[in-house]
Amino acid sequence: MARSIKKGPYVFHKLLTKVQRAKESKKKSVIKTWSRASMIIPDMVGETIAVHNGKTFVPVFITENMVGHKLGEFSPTRSFRGHGGNRK
Amino acid sequence: MARIAGVDLPRNKRGVIGLTYIYGIGHSLASEILEKIGLDENTKVVDWTDDNVRELSRVIQDEYKVEGQLRSEVQTNIKRLMDIGCYRGLRHRRGLPLRGQRTQTNARTRKGKRKTVANKKKATK
Repeated sequence: MARSIKKGPYVFHKLLTKVQRAKESKKKSVIKTWSRASMIIPDMVGETIAVHNGKTFVPVFITENMVGHKLGEFSPTRSFRGHGGNRK
Repeated sequence: MARIAGVDLPRNKRGVIGLTYIYGIGHSLASEILEKIGLDENTKVVDWTDDNVRELSRVIQDEYKVEGQLRSEVQTNIKRLMDIGCYRGLRHRRGLPLRGQRTQTNARTRKGKRKTVANKKKATK
């Protein structure tokens, strides 16, 4: 079920202020966040956001194509290394 | 022989069904198109006049994305997902289902034919 358009995209408010501050300061700094459910908005393009995957922060460089996806989609929570017999 | 968007339509089928042989046109679109040009759904493909066929191809060409165009659009969408490295893109790369379905069993449409693993232990009951 899609989110109602009336509400606009969901972005964690603290993340939003962080992004805006990073935009103003023009410095390359990594923004850490746990908010995997936040939508990627055009303001974030060009920033690097470290998204928590439950264990570590995965740095994600935001490009234009990613707008509209959620941050969590770029930070996989599972690591499948293959079954026992497969390694060669 | 009715040829629309590079596809030969079956002769002896009803118009609605015949149109669905074109990639990108299903049941509802087919009846929508036929209604638009005022042709009965039940008219067999053989009974279409040349004018009907011409008009059909014009409508389909101008107003809908079908066949090659549609296929390439789908492919670029998938490629975009793979390039940005999001979860759905990763699943496309591995050939696994994208929408959270189970993969311990089933998921054969995405995974293809079963590959038997030698010496795999049977689950004991």
